[in-house]
Amino acid sequence: MRIVSITLQNSPDAAAIVDAILADNPDAQRKLYPAMTKIDCPGRIDVNAQSVSDRLGREWDTQEISMSVISLSGTVDEDDGIFSLYWR
Amino acid sequence: MATKKLSLKQKYSHLTRGLDWEPSYQKADDIFPYAKYEGIKIHDWDAWEDPFKLTMDSYWKFQAEKERKLYAVIESMAQNNGQLGITDARYLNAVKLFIQGITPLEYQAHRHFAHLARHLPGAGLRVAAQMQSIDELRHCQTQIHTISHYNKFFDGMHDFSHMHDRLWYLSVPKSFFDDATSAGPFEFLTSISFAFEYVLTNLVFVPFMSGAAYNGDMATVTFGFSAQSDESRHMTLGLEAVRFLLEQDESNVPIVQHWIDKWFWRGYRLLSLVSMMMDYMLPKKVMSWSEAWEIYYEEAGGALFADLARYGIREPKYSDVAKAEKDHISHQVWSIFYNYSHAAAVHTWDIDDEHMAWMREKYPASFEAIYQPRYLEWREQAKNGQRFYNNGLPQLCQVCQIPMAFTEPDDPSKICFRVSEYEGDKYHTCSDGCKDIFDYEPVKYVQAWLPVHQIFQGNCGGATMPEVLDWCHIKQGADNLDYAGSPEEEMWNRWMEGRRSPPPAFAVAAE
Repeated sequence: MRIVSITLQNSPDAAAIVDAILADNPDAQRKLYPAMTKIDCPGRIDVNAQSVSDRLGREWDTQEISMSVISLSGTVDEDDGIFSLYWR
Repeated sequence: MATKKLSLKQKYSHLTRGLDWEPSYQKADDIFPYAKYEGIKIHDWDAWEDPFKLTMDSYWKFQAEKERKLYAVIESMAQNNGQLGITDARYLNAVKLFIQGITPLEYQAHRHFAHLARHLPGAGLRVAAQMQSIDELRHCQTQIHTISHYNKFFDGMHDFSHMHDRLWYLSVPKSFFDDATSAGPFEFLTSISFAFEYVLTNLVFVPFMSGAAYNGDMATVTFGFSAQSDESRHMTLGLEAVRFLLEQDESNVPIVQHWIDKWFWRGYRLLSLVSMMMDYMLPKKVMSWSEAWEIYYEEAGGALFADLARYGIREPKYSDVAKAEKDHISHQVWSIFYNYSHAAAVHTWDIDDEHMAWMREKYPASFEAIYQPRYLEWREQAKNGQRFYNNGLPQLCQVCQIPMAFTEPDDPSKICFRVSEYEGDKYHTCSDGCKDIFDYEPVKYVQAWLPVHQIFQGNCGGATMPEVLDWCHIKQGADNLDYAGSPEEEMWNRWMEGRRSPPPAFAVAAE
């Protein structure tokens, strides 16, 4: 299956997103670089707002992902509560 | 009255469809005069779906938050002598290239997306282009503002936009963007939003910005990531726009494929400057150009083009050549800059033994055999007081405008050299990729403003090198030449010496 990928800043908010992705997408792999973290996953990555909110201890809106994202590879689908990346 | 909260998709639909209207007393073709001449057929503009459903209220909220974060860093840099945090003054040459070469392109992008925000017939695409236009202006401004801190101390950044219009190596990015903005709206979307933003900019921003962080340049990494957070939206616009064109009409496929081939090659040639920044200008290295190419083009691009295969789109023509060149390109570009450092507003220098060891490890197939002996010879010459500068002017590729110093993809001992004829004149290109682009639209590329030709024609301030450099606003003896012996080196060494010796007593001015 083709790899989708998202790269996030190494900031406190982004760390919660990274943890949420790794918990909710069992095949996701994390690579650490200076100032950034790249997550690769075959086929699909889902970012669940609830998972991120739980880790941050406050309500987190999927649109806030734009504050933390550096790059992505895959088709984006954004809706209330979930931000997904996949190949068709 | 109870109001129900709208979902993200509903809000976005109101913004992009609800506020649009059908013209009644003017013809649509008169309102959107650029929509058809490229041969692209769109049957249903409403089929456009923006994956990022950003409405204006959220847009302003998030952009304001990004600005607040960035300006906190800029202030902290200014108050805490942030320029002392970088690993080495040589690093800053990458930042000089950035502000001279890339920042002016952000402004060009701002202008042209404003044009698309007016001229694309679909309301969804117009809204996306409008936001991107504002983003690009923000990038240009924040880059200038952030880098202005370094400009207080270092050379080569004082007149970047003037240099952008005149200097030989800056005509490479300038002509790239001029080519895109003088094309139609759909070619522009394919060139900048898709080929450049989606397929290639990761190579500029991602490993390079990570490298900036690794080299203590908190300013660049902050504006870089602040810009890149918008870039994800721009990349997605590029991918969706191309997909939209392909889905609307089968006859769009060959047109789009041609644009993808052309703009992949143009973008790749432009990025050869970045390959040098990554392999040569970062004292502490994150990854080599070759590794970055594998991750961000071969891996990510491979998945992308496999996805687009359903529409009949194949990988860009000559991506195999780009792959074959990945062991050579950064070394060849560095060599060009080393040759012509007297005519550039960046420094070059001797590659030290530690750096060479890293190169041997990262480029086992090419570095030790081909480039190391060259650098050792240059070191020897410099030691004997004969630092090599090439006093001739190089031939430039008619399309990418890079000096013709790249080698044949399968023979690194032979310069790659292609010739086309048009109306009785000969035109030279650096590769099959650039030759194809020339041959398809010779009328466009015979008009190229090639710095070397212009110098020989007497249009650049005079007949001698110092006159031409004055005309470019290069401060001679400071902006140009080798790093060894530069005022910048002297200043940096003094600062570092000051760190090692005990601090002087803090002097309070007496009234």
